[in-house]
Amino acid sequence: MPGLGGRMSTVIKAKISRMLDRAEDPGETLDYGYQKQVELLQNVKKGIADVVTSKKRLQMQSSKLEQNIVKLDTQARQALSQGREDLARLALERKTLAQTELQSLDSQVKELEGQQEALTANEQKLRQKIEQFRTKKEVIKAQYSAAEAQVRISEAANGVGEQMADLGLAIQRAEDKTETMRARASAVEELEKAGTFEDLSQLGGGQDDIDRQLSELTSGAQVDDELSKMKAELGSGGGDAPALEQGEEKA
Amino acid sequence: MIVRISGDGQFRLPDEDADRLNELDNRAVAAVEQGDETGFRELWSQMLELVANDGNALDDEELTDSDVILPPRDITFAEAKGEFTGDGLIPD
Repeated sequence: MPGLGGRMSTVIKAKISRMLDRAEDPGETLDYGYQKQVELLQNVKKGIADVVTSKKRLQMQSSKLEQNIVKLDTQARQALSQGREDLARLALERKTLAQTELQSLDSQVKELEGQQEALTANEQKLRQKIEQFRTKKEVIKAQYSAAEAQVRISEAANGVGEQMADLGLAIQRAEDKTETMRARASAVEELEKAGTFEDLSQLGGGQDDIDRQLSELTSGAQVDDELSKMKAELGSGGGDAPALEQGEEKA
Repeated sequence: MIVRISGDGQFRLPDEDADRLNELDNRAVAAVEQGDETGFRELWSQMLELVANDGNALDDEELTDSDVILPPRDITFAEAKGEFTGDGLIPD
């Protein structure tokens, strides 16, 4: 079948078949191969565990962010009831920013969750395949010793060699995928750690970099909306001079 | 003929399918060489379909060499560049 498939696996398969052919005791080679597969699968499992840890950390950050949003909302109300519309606006701006952050964080967590499920399903499938391989390997070993080491059981050995190669590749692939996911998960974590929302909860730190100004532009309308809603809720809050003075004393 | 889908299993297909599979494979190689991912995806799913429609899964007990080994179902285009190449079939 010239030109058709097999490629990478064919080379490995040939290698394994040769190894089995040459081995004084093919049983040992098969045992070794099985052992290797089990070890590699452990790596896959460890990788998945790391992805889960990253996801949990992000979830914790997400709930922290939710608390901040509530806090900022309360602060905005307090500021407004003391006639400090400027502070209320700042708090609401930060709240909007935090909400955007929360949204992207939640979608990252969701994506990680989906990937984690896929990796886990893959790991379970591989575990089954390794178990199948273990059974076959025992069959081969039994046949080999029954044949008193003289008769080549090459067809079966080739078959099992191919399966071993294929399983090895599948595990390798699962490991690669898990590694990619792990790297991505920790990258997201790093980003979130370095992100702005730690200082989002602190009022009055007034840093106006371009990013902030830009997001203020987009969130401006939302902030205005919320502000007027809040004003309506608080009755005619703000405006009178004594309240404003109080606010300044406190600040 | 026996076809293996990597990471999946082995299937027995009528020998007549070899030509069809070979043709799809050659076209897939061409698509990959041209960087045509959409074309490759289409051909790849046709190859998998052929195996799914005409193939019977081999029993777990059977230990047989495959005539053809196809890459994993969820092969990425980047991986395909390594598998579907003109002289990809490296002689032993």
